[in-house]
Amino acid sequence: MSNPLVLIGRAATYLALSLAAFVSVFPFVWMVIAATNTSPDIIKGKATPGGALFANIGTFLNSVDLPRVLFNSFFIAGVGTALTLLVSSLAGYGFEMFRSRFREKLFGGLLLMLSIPFAALMIPLFVMMANLKLINTYQAIILPTVAWVFIIFYFRQATKAFPHELRDAARIDGLKEWQIFLFVYMPVMRSTYAAATIIVFMMHWNNYLWPLIVLQTNEMFTLTLAVAALSAGYTPDFGLVMVGAIVATLPTLVIFFLLQRRFVEGMLGAVK
Amino acid sequence: MPALVLLGIFMIYPILWSLWMSFQVGRGMAFSFGGLTNIIRLTQDPVFLRALSNTLIFLAIQVPIMLVLALLFASALNDSKLWGRGFFRTAIFLPCVTSLVAYSVIFKSMFAGDGIINQVLLGLHIVSTPIPWLADPFWAKFVVVAAITWRWTGYNMIFYLAAMQNIDRSIYEAARIDGVPAWARFWYITVPMLKPVILFTAVISTIGTLQLFDEPNLLTQGGPSDSTLTLSMYIYNLSFRFMPSFGYAATVSYVIVVLVAILSYIQFLVARDRRA
Repeated sequence: MSNPLVLIGRAATYLALSLAAFVSVFPFVWMVIAATNTSPDIIKGKATPGGALFANIGTFLNSVDLPRVLFNSFFIAGVGTALTLLVSSLAGYGFEMFRSRFREKLFGGLLLMLSIPFAALMIPLFVMMANLKLINTYQAIILPTVAWVFIIFYFRQATKAFPHELRDAARIDGLKEWQIFLFVYMPVMRSTYAAATIIVFMMHWNNYLWPLIVLQTNEMFTLTLAVAALSAGYTPDFGLVMVGAIVATLPTLVIFFLLQRRFVEGMLGAVK
Repeated sequence: MPALVLLGIFMIYPILWSLWMSFQVGRGMAFSFGGLTNIIRLTQDPVFLRALSNTLIFLAIQVPIMLVLALLFASALNDSKLWGRGFFRTAIFLPCVTSLVAYSVIFKSMFAGDGIINQVLLGLHIVSTPIPWLADPFWAKFVVVAAITWRWTGYNMIFYLAAMQNIDRSIYEAARIDGVPAWARFWYITVPMLKPVILFTAVISTIGTLQLFDEPNLLTQGGPSDSTLTLSMYIYNLSFRFMPSFGYAATVSYVIVVLVAILSYIQFLVARDRRA
C-alpha cells in the first residue's frame, strides 16, 4: 500500500499546501499585528504586537467620518448587490427558460461584451452620468453594474440544473411567470444565490476605479476610497491605515464565513 | 427583459459611443473628426508602448503561474483522503475576500525598504542587502505579480474544485487499478476533463490582466519611471489626470478590446486543437 514514493508525494503535497495556506493567511495576521504598532515600527517590520492599537484607532476615527463612510459603503454594496442579483438572475433565468430564435445569437453577443474592458466604457459612462446630472450620486455607482454580464452568464449556467417539471407544475397550478420566478425558482436556487451574493457583494464593496471617478466629495466616499486616500503618498501613517484595512475587510470576511457552505454548493451547480 | 434594456443603456451605448470617440481628436469637450490621427499617434507614443509592453509582461508571467498553481492546489484538495481539506481550501480562498485597498496597503508595508519581507530574507541570509522592492523597476513588477497571484489563485482554484467534483470517481479508480501513476492521472484525466473550465478561467484572467488597474495604481502609482504603468492606468491618466484627451484615450481602450479578442480567439483555438 504505502511505498516510499507515495509517502514522499504525500509529504510534498502537505508541505506545498501548508506553505500556500501560510502565504495566504499571513498578510491577514500581519494586518492585525500591524494595527497594534506605530507607523515607524510597521515599516521596520516589527512582527510582534505593540501598544499603539488605541492610538491608531483614535487617529483613524479622527481622519475618517466612519459612520458616514460605512453607511455609503453598506448602502451602495447592499442595494447594488440586491439589484444586481435580481436583474441579472432574471436575465439568466430568461435565457435558459424561454426559447426564441434569437436566444443563442443574443447570448453570444452578451459574451462578446464581457471582453470589452471597463476602461473602454469609463469615459462614455462618465459623460453619460454628467449629462444625466448623476455625478456624485449613489445611482451613478449602482446603475451601470445592475445588469452584469458575468453574473447573467453564471445564472444561465446554473439554471440548466433547474428542473423544468417544477416550472410546468407551477404553471398548471395557475401561477404567473413572475410568481414562479419569485416563489419557485428563487427558493430552489438559493445555493446559487449564496455564491453569487459573495461574489457580487465583494465586487461592489471593493469597487475602486468607478467610484473614484464618479464620487467627488468626501461625504460621498466609500470606505474603499477613504482608506485609499489615507494610504496615498510615500509615507502614509501605516498604523491608522491598518485599522482602516481591518474595517474594510471585515464585512466581506463575515459574509464569506456565513455563506461558505452554500458558496461551494452554488459554485458546483454553476460549473456543471 | 429589463436586464437587456439596462445592458443596452449602460453597455452597448457606451461601447458604440467610445468607438466613435476613438476617431475624434481634440482636448476637453471640443472634438473634431481626426480619421486615423489617433492610431498614428499610438505608434509614436513612447508612454503607450511602455504601458503596452508592461501589460503584456504581466499577462505572460502572471496568468500561467496563477492558473497552474490553482490547478495543482485544486487537484491536491480534491483528494478525499487529504487531512484538513476544509482548512486548506478556506485558507487559500481567503485572500479573495479582502478589500483591494486593504491588501495593497498590507503589501506596501510588508515590502517596504526595511519591512518584514526584507527582515526575514536578511535574517535567513537569503539576501545580504535589502531588496528595494518598490523602488526598482524589476522588483516593482515582481511585487505587482505577487500581489495579483496572492489574491486570485484561490478564486480560480474554487472553479477547478467545483468542476473536479463532477468527474466520475470510477475513472480514477479504474486508472489506479491499471497502475497509472498519479501525475499521469492528473495530466491525462483531470486536465482534459477540466478543459472547458480552464478555458473559461484563462479567458477571464486574460481579460482581467489586460484591464489591470487597481493594484499597480495603489501599490506603485505606475512607477518607478512607468515600469508598472498599465494600459488601463494610461487611459485613466489620459482622461482624468492630465488635460482630458478623451478621443485618444478611447483609441487606447480599443487596443485592449482588440487584444482581448485576439487572445481569446487563440485560447479557443488551442483548446479545440487539444481536443482533436
